[in-house]
Amino acid sequence: MNLTLKIWRQKDANDKGQMVDYKVTDISEHMSFLEMMDVLNEQLINTGEEPVAFDHDCREGICGMCSMYINGEAHGPDRGVTTCQLHMRMFKDGDTITIEPFRASAFPVIKDLVVDRTSFERIQQAGGFISVNTSGNTQDGNAIPIPKKDADDAMDAATCIGCGACVATCKNSSAMLFVGAKVSQYALLPQGRVEATDRVQNMVAQMDLEGFGNCTNTGACEIECPKGISLENIARMNSEFMKANLKG
Amino acid sequence: MALDSKTPKGPLKDKWTSYKNNIDLVNPANKRNIDVIVVGTGLAGGSAAATLAELGYNVKAFAYQDSPRRAHSIAAQGGINAAKNYQGDGDSSYRLFYDTVKGGDYRSRESNVHRLAEVSANIIDQCVAQGVPFARDYGGMLDNRSFGGVLVSRTFYAKGQTGQQLLLGAYSAMNRQIARGKIEMFNRHEMLDVVKVDGKARGIIARNLITGEIERHSAHAVVIATGGYGNVYFLSTNAMGSNATAAWKIHKKGAYFANPCYTQIHPTCIPRSGDYQSKLTLMSESLRNDGRIWVPKNMEDVMAIREGRKKPTDLSEEERDYYLERRYPAFGNLVPRDVASRAAKERCDAGYGVNATGEAVYLDFKSAIERYGKEQAKLKGINNPSADKVYELGQAIVEAKYGNLFQMYNKIVDEDPYKTPMMIYPATHYTMGGVWVDYNLMTTVDGLYCIGEANFSDHGANRLGASALMQGLADGYFVLPYTIGDYLSSDIRTGKIPTDTKEFDEAEKAVTDQINFFVNNNGSKSVDYFHKKLGKIMWEKVGMARNEKGLKEAMAEIKAVREDFWKEVNVPGTADEMNPELEKAGRVADFLELGELFAKDALNRNESCGGHFREESAETDGPQKGEAKRDDANYAYVAAWEYKGQPADAILHKEELEFNDIELKQRSYK
Repeated sequence: MNLTLKIWRQKDANDKGQMVDYKVTDISEHMSFLEMMDVLNEQLINTGEEPVAFDHDCREGICGMCSMYINGEAHGPDRGVTTCQLHMRMFKDGDTITIEPFRASAFPVIKDLVVDRTSFERIQQAGGFISVNTSGNTQDGNAIPIPKKDADDAMDAATCIGCGACVATCKNSSAMLFVGAKVSQYALLPQGRVEATDRVQNMVAQMDLEGFGNCTNTGACEIECPKGISLENIARMNSEFMKANLKG
Repeated sequence: MALDSKTPKGPLKDKWTSYKNNIDLVNPANKRNIDVIVVGTGLAGGSAAATLAELGYNVKAFAYQDSPRRAHSIAAQGGINAAKNYQGDGDSSYRLFYDTVKGGDYRSRESNVHRLAEVSANIIDQCVAQGVPFARDYGGMLDNRSFGGVLVSRTFYAKGQTGQQLLLGAYSAMNRQIARGKIEMFNRHEMLDVVKVDGKARGIIARNLITGEIERHSAHAVVIATGGYGNVYFLSTNAMGSNATAAWKIHKKGAYFANPCYTQIHPTCIPRSGDYQSKLTLMSESLRNDGRIWVPKNMEDVMAIREGRKKPTDLSEEERDYYLERRYPAFGNLVPRDVASRAAKERCDAGYGVNATGEAVYLDFKSAIERYGKEQAKLKGINNPSADKVYELGQAIVEAKYGNLFQMYNKIVDEDPYKTPMMIYPATHYTMGGVWVDYNLMTTVDGLYCIGEANFSDHGANRLGASALMQGLADGYFVLPYTIGDYLSSDIRTGKIPTDTKEFDEAEKAVTDQINFFVNNNGSKSVDYFHKKLGKIMWEKVGMARNEKGLKEAMAEIKAVREDFWKEVNVPGTADEMNPELEKAGRVADFLELGELFAKDALNRNESCGGHFREESAETDGPQKGEAKRDDANYAYVAAWEYKGQPADAILHKEELEFNDIELKQRSYK
């Protein structure tokens, strides 16, 4: 298929940036979206133009590095996938595809489609852990039985890949699905309960400091999340946060 | 230099304990004056950085990604082994040790493997304490599954995302230390050389991938944890950015490179579909617990399927050749990876491949879905359930076990694997070879350590499933923190290592010169052009089956591609900005050297062992006909190569392997 691409080009963080049109031809429907971008870049290199910078790494939907906003949707039109798993069979010959970076004030653009997500790092550093030394001298892994449902729910929350699609999708640029997932994972497990109060307070405080917006329960994040992280995690975080504040 | 493995004396089972009892320690106050650099933040690097910081050292950690959490350990699917024997099925540290040495085709160092098996159980306890949500059964206890090459269930898992959960555990431990200021994290930084002062590793040169700035970082010891070199094949299950640059640069500075020809071609990957393909996707080995591998028995059916006249589901049981179950009745579909890959190649080479390229076999879940469905019907008290009901109940169980893998397959191939069998084919996945290290995990350069997949030590010539995660975390959490302390105990009076010295000047200049060369070369071909050429040579002549003629040709061809690369490579953009093409150019330059050493090592090793199959060395008759034939009399050694300017000139050093606790046998899975 032949396609027109409208791509955000921005030289560096200080550049104003603009949309630029490109054409690609003979794109196979079996290609992934990023393989289509590879074709474009090879074409640009061979014609002496600078290729489009974009983040990507594992190309199997788990590292969370890829981050494009395609035709107005984080990770494009398919559901339950990251951009690297999006395939060209989702598009038609002759389509025009708009490709932008994830946009949020807490995710400044570094170059072209590459954004800086270190705000997520700082939220995790504020409390996204259990304070246990890595000596290995802990109790036996089976010492505390954990109900299967709690373990499964914790796993579902922990499956977040930290890509930031929730933020890019949210009209308020809220990070509550991301933070809620981490808070939930630990809140659901007995090991995580010990520090639950401090954790939720510290992570929420850091989230606010980074300039992420608030949640107004639209639910778009849940739909666009490539890993299907549930809104329940936001509810659980809110409940944990209220409990923590009552404790003081 | 003679290779000294520094293996402690004494009985195998006591070595690690007595080693720990006798090493020098660094007191907590002195640790605060000692700096350690860790390059790479996957399971090995992440766990090492966290633990060293927790002990009190000042750690600087480096990752080329924008977060430590994105290292490619995250993509490991199936699980992690540990000798917990929770299932009471006869497991023990000794059995894990034995399985690993046997699975590695008797080409690993006994003492290292035994230590790995000993600490494996602690990894599970540690991860549970960190909040890793391992799968549990209805009683709330940890669940296990089986992996290839063993007869017990010792694999712990978190859905099909075990690597992700373990890495997030290590990442959380790192975050705790970053918050305390004990780890200084350098995201989007790439190490481009190591700096040696008086023969010791004392720092690195790194490039800030956002600004292009070249930085000097000093430390008392340097740890390389940058993973394997599978991307030498261009197409592999590795991440796009996975590279061998750190490992290769230290090789050029004196670290010996061991057994590069030991590469794991994983049997269950999604087959390639076209020339544009940028990477291959793994389907976890755990699928072989429940999936049965087959091709049609008759050539007419093969052709009918390729031409779309028949569907795989049209073939009756009698028309299918479950070739693993046929050839290996004892282990069946759970033979080790090297055996399964070669068997798939054998069938496809014989013309039985089931897709247009002729390079695919089926992985079928029909029997498992029906088996689970019947069990569920019984549990739910449904008498005489319809076939559809059984299928529905069974599908729910398979979905709970492997749902994310089935979804991934569906998205890539656009076929529903619950309804039609998956198509799979082997692909490069893991490299057992790597930087040579001694028992302390130190390379042949003082103060320079190498851990995880980047080193060569534990898996011999073939790695068993779910053992990579085990090794990465064992090295980082439980082994390196002891061994590096013993070395650093002599550095307590050294003081800060200055970076304004001639050693740093020289290393930085070499790095800058190479970068300037690339951006000014104005050649006619892209970096990917050369990388794909290299990959093709590697796959065709240094792939699943190798012979003398092909390997000699490969060495010459790789050299020619390398020479062309240095003339014709085109790197757009400048040095002082984010420039992904420039990053790739440096990595491919190193692969073009490593690939030739790889072929040289494969040529030298005129035996078949594990992932290394020499066509000249196969059993010619008897029940093992066609199987790989090892040559213990001549090749029971580690081939450690010393850099001498050109890969073809590398000098071989042998570490003879001693097996005191295990009898060397023909590996039989029949």
